[in-house]
Amino acid sequence: MTVNRFLIPAFAAALLGAFGLIAAAQAQTGPLRIEITEGVIEPLPFAVPDFVDEGGAGEYARNVARVIASDLSGTGLFREIPREAHISRVTSFDSSIAFEDWKAINAQAVITGAVTVSGDRIVVKFRLFDVFSGQQLGEGLQFAGTTQSWRRMAHKVADAAYSRITGEGGYFDTRVVFVSESGPKNNRLKRLAVMDYDGANVQYLTDSSSIVLAPRFSPTGDRILYTSYESGFPRITLMDVGSLRTQALAEQPGTMTFAPRFSPDGSRVVFSLERGGNSDLYMLDIGSGGLQQLTNAPSIETAPSFSPDGSQIVFESDRSGTQQLYIMPAGGGEGRRISGGQGRYGTPVWSPRGDMIAFTKQHQGRFHIGVMRTDGSEERLLTASFLDEGPTWAPNGRVIMFTRETSGAGGQAALYSVDISGRNLRQIPTEGAASDPAWSPLLP
Amino acid sequence: MSLLPKALLLVAAFGLAACNNPDRFGAGAGGAGGAGGAGGINGGFVDTTGLGDPNDPRSIAHFNQRIGDRVLFPVDQHTLTDEGRQILTGQAQWLNTNPSYAVIIEGHADEQGTREYNLSLGARRAASVQNYLISQGVAPGRMRTVSYGKERPIEVCSSEACYAKNRRAVTVLSIGAGS
Repeated sequence: MTVNRFLIPAFAAALLGAFGLIAAAQAQTGPLRIEITEGVIEPLPFAVPDFVDEGGAGEYARNVARVIASDLSGTGLFREIPREAHISRVTSFDSSIAFEDWKAINAQAVITGAVTVSGDRIVVKFRLFDVFSGQQLGEGLQFAGTTQSWRRMAHKVADAAYSRITGEGGYFDTRVVFVSESGPKNNRLKRLAVMDYDGANVQYLTDSSSIVLAPRFSPTGDRILYTSYESGFPRITLMDVGSLRTQALAEQPGTMTFAPRFSPDGSRVVFSLERGGNSDLYMLDIGSGGLQQLTNAPSIETAPSFSPDGSQIVFESDRSGTQQLYIMPAGGGEGRRISGGQGRYGTPVWSPRGDMIAFTKQHQGRFHIGVMRTDGSEERLLTASFLDEGPTWAPNGRVIMFTRETSGAGGQAALYSVDISGRNLRQIPTEGAASDPAWSPLLP
Repeated sequence: MSLLPKALLLVAAFGLAACNNPDRFGAGAGGAGGAGGAGGINGGFVDTTGLGDPNDPRSIAHFNQRIGDRVLFPVDQHTLTDEGRQILTGQAQWLNTNPSYAVIIEGHADEQGTREYNLSLGARRAASVQNYLISQGVAPGRMRTVSYGKERPIEVCSSEACYAKNRRAVTVLSIGAGS
């Protein structure tokens, strides 16, 4: 999107400090921005009046504005000024902004927009304004698509606004593939499903006739890897999202394959293969079917995840006696242990920015989602519960989604998100129980 | 689904599991949870086999109930206990005198652990059982293993009383694949 001239070097410097990812709204003297500091959270107040109906928009004009507001508020970095408090009405997309009216209600950012619908086509345009400097922030943009995808148009507006104000990439126009669960704990039915990042637009990809586990999106979001018991035995399986055609991969008689993930270029799969009770890591070239063994140890090696540049793999192993995290070259070889704290570490996932590893930690009977740097330093636990596991990164590397399961006979799994400062823990609304989320890249 | 007789349900479940497998699964271990997802919608293959009278030493019921179809494991362990070895010795004797049966050994874990690790742990447990049965003369070709990790608990509470029963390896008999 547009380069933001308001993003000052201090912001980048604060990024280098990285872990104290706490957003604080600037005092009203400076330009509009959310700065990452160690300070106290003060969400930035913003307003999104209903978009202007420029023809046939009907309910869409209001609904698009509501989704934008919900996206931004949901980050915990922004606070919406309710429409009832608005003084100005925006009746024309091109009319000038009454900055004094917005200043009076302390809105620091205002998003205005317009919607046109004709047939099944929808066009959404917007502008973002910095109230206290009295200027537009970045250029106006227009998005067009089918009315069916109207929420995506709203997400794209919110992504642009988020990006211009924080200097980070957005993550609203994304999908999440997950496992939808039903039935009692001793006879769970599981099926693959995909939804918008906020829980809307759920579509089911499989029936519940066989167990499915831990789906992963390809780097372009058009394919999904998962583990299926369709054959009666766990097998890594590739699904084409468009056609829902599936293909069992790396079929080796008498083995079990699981925990697959794509390489960053989407051409290879790293996964666990179990033979004779021992799990090791393997790499499969999807095109040629070529198989390469990456580890060869009597210990459990599983949950591999590529670095974004494809050169390294982080994984978990109990070679030291307990589950710990290791990094090795993508071609295999000796692993370097990175986890050093007390407890057990599993399910490492490399951040899309390359700077951090998210993981599941078990310690003293509790489960945590945490992050650490790739050298194991600066470990930070973000959550704690009876059972949290399986982190997945938002494409901007700022938010993590994971599974939280409650205890006992009625225990159920649900999806939660948390930002990497440990703030803004939220449950993602799903129809029923849900587990094993995996975030897509930003949609094109 | 709870209205279905349990035996029928299990038989249906194992029938489903057999779809892509040369083995045929006639009957299952009681409460083992079943392979492939009991109650699926494409229930095309249903093999029905009588479990027999537990007093008949050649019956599946005898194997499951009198000898014992499962062994339990301590937390995060896959080495067999003395009691486990005793049960497996009985299983091996039964299998050696009933050569027409093949087995699937299912390894399971309790819910304290991540999904992937528990799959690996369940596989280790199933392999421990398989290796012991091989050491007792059961032909390797009659056995296959599968891990369910923490996906198929039989007890649902979140305390050690339940966990102890869920950390198990279950020997599931199947008919006619003794090759």
